[in-house]
Amino acid sequence: MHSLVFIKQVPDAAQVRVDYETGTLIREGVPAIINPFDTHAIEAAVQIKDKFGGSVSVLCMGPPMADEALKKALAMGADNVFLLSDRVFAGSDTLATSYALWAGAQKVIQEIGPVDIFWAGKQAIDGDTAQTGPGIATRLDVPLVTYAVEVKEVDPSAKKIKIVRLLEGGTETIEVPMPCMITTEETLNHIRFAPLSYLIKAAKTPVVLLNSSNTTIDASQCGLKNSPTKVKKAFTPPKRERGEMIEGSLDEIISAVYEKIEPMLKQLGRV
Amino acid sequence: MIKQDIKQYKNVWVFIEHNDGKIERVSLELLSKGAELAKDLNCEVCAFTVGDKVEHFAKEVGEYGAKKFYIIENSVLKEYRTEPWRNAIVYLIDKYKPEVALIGATTLGRDLAGTVATKLSAGLTADTTALDIDPSNKNLLMTRPTFGGNLMATIFCPDNRPQMSTVRPGVFKAVKNQTTPEVIKDKYDITEDQVVKKIIEKVQTGEEKVNLSFYEVIVSGGKGMGKKENLKLLEDLANVLSGTWAVSRKVVQAGWAPQSRQVGQTGQTVHPKIYIAAGISGAVQHVAGMKSSDIIIAINTDPQAPIFEVATYGIVGDCLQILPKMAEMFKQKLVK
Ligand SMILES: Cc1cc2nc3c(=O)[nH]c(=O)nc-3n(C[C@H](O)[C@H](O)[C@H](O)COP(=O)(O)OP(=O)(O)OC[C@H]3O[C@@H](n4cnc5c(N)ncnc54)[C@H](O)[C@@H]3O)c2cc1C
Repeated sequence: MHSLVFIKQVPDAAQVRVDYETGTLIREGVPAIINPFDTHAIEAAVQIKDKFGGSVSVLCMGPPMADEALKKALAMGADNVFLLSDRVFAGSDTLATSYALWAGAQKVIQEIGPVDIFWAGKQAIDGDTAQTGPGIATRLDVPLVTYAVEVKEVDPSAKKIKIVRLLEGGTETIEVPMPCMITTEETLNHIRFAPLSYLIKAAKTPVVLLNSSNTTIDASQCGLKNSPTKVKKAFTPPKRERGEMIEGSLDEIISAVYEKIEPMLKQLGRV
Repeated sequence: MIKQDIKQYKNVWVFIEHNDGKIERVSLELLSKGAELAKDLNCEVCAFTVGDKVEHFAKEVGEYGAKKFYIIENSVLKEYRTEPWRNAIVYLIDKYKPEVALIGATTLGRDLAGTVATKLSAGLTADTTALDIDPSNKNLLMTRPTFGGNLMATIFCPDNRPQMSTVRPGVFKAVKNQTTPEVIKDKYDITEDQVVKKIIEKVQTGEEKVNLSFYEVIVSGGKGMGKKENLKLLEDLANVLSGTWAVSRKVVQAGWAPQSRQVGQTGQTVHPKIYIAAGISGAVQHVAGMKSSDIIIAINTDPQAPIFEVATYGIVGDCLQILPKMAEMFKQKLVK
């Protein structure tokens, strides 16, 4: 079984703050992490390798510093890691990103061999689009299973896999042939502590650099210029003012709150 | 990138998401918004969908203003599966060339939109919270939150059609606007053996799914509610105020409540008149989903909790004491 996991390095969104004076995000000192949803994709791929044998490849698109994310992926049990890094990708929207990652995947397949399962997190916590996984699956022309919460059954000989995925208000169990693409929810698995052997291997495994000169990427499909969507403007949403703290005894507080909201309750016809 | 002859594209299309013979509320919200956009673009708002038996939805989409209803019916399309639905929808869009295509940012809609847009090489903006027409060039302006709601971006798509967007449920209001839509039935030939994906089993998680955006009063609880049983306090107060209850993600992760009750970046966006946040810390991802509520009342034992930064009224105290007392006192006042 060969898995290929697509990951992204992101700033830890929980630690990004807004500078309301300048209307920008304060990213200084905010650690870069593997997109949390993607760590579950790596874990799922490694668990399948542990059970059925094979290998796990990881592909990340990003700036040179994103090799940090790939080193962490190695420490989680990945075997081959690839960084797709080139200026021609700068400013790519999801359509262009899925193209670049698709082209990168072709190179990984060429180097390491055919892939049985493609994995990605369900979305990245910085962009939140949830479009890259579906976009890559479409380009790869493999069945897509999003929002995976359980890998129910893997049958390597029949080349089939059963996955439980989230629906709104429920779940469904899907069976698809491999190769397929799965995007993961956080509840899919628990990230295990890496055994020492992984860490030693990680230190020895190089990050393979991919770019427009050593892949067959068509630069006219990537980057800002070739992305159908453009950013017209970016702005910080208006800050909600800190309101009034209500103090007193329990009864006093509740009476005071009631008085405050009574006009609204009247407007709503509740009184 | 292939430049298209964008003049060939006309009309605003809204995808009608349906499940078990019922239309998702967000699709009706989008028809209402789509009608406004169509007015600015001097064109028509149309509904479209695929499925097994979908023609009967014509009545309801007509109530919300759709002028035309494009459909493909085929028993293979009975239940949602990405690839056959995508192919049928791509066929419709290729044939009729709408200039705008809107899809609800639901679990299904997000699964579908990315794959449809990729097939069409169309620009797609996810999770939009505002839609406008640029008066100077008639491009669709799509505004969306990123970085957990910390930054907003306005996106446009100058050279490609359709301009596609997924839109969060609850952002726009569904407004009735009676029409009698023309039903345009198309055929897309597909047989079950051409579909490699099989649905083995579907499980409803007991609770019916709730559309939190319906409610003008929401009583929401976080991890500070202590245990599952205490969520009853949210429901009790919500009942008194004729509202509904909701939760933070930690509550969902603890297994106390279903995901359908979650407010926030990865849950639902709400903008009720009154939002009561009990035992919720106020993490950016939660606040992203509720900060446009008219009145926010926060109850938290920690005076430093970030939720107080966005609250209209803050109460430092134990929600397990305050909620039942509120229910009791409000009941006396409201029953009059
Ligand atoms: C990618 C991503 C997406 C996310 N999406 C969402 C989302 O959509 N929605 C969401 O809610 N979260 C989301 N989160 C999680 C979010 O970051 C927080 O972890 C979560 O909102 C915290 O939930 P909480 O406030 O209930 O719990 P906690 O952070 O544990 O806070 C509990 C609060 O209760 C208070 N408290 C304790 N006891 C009492 C008491 N007796 N009375 C009153 N107050 C009490 C405490 O002081 C504390 O402030 C997301 C996170 C990530 C990484």
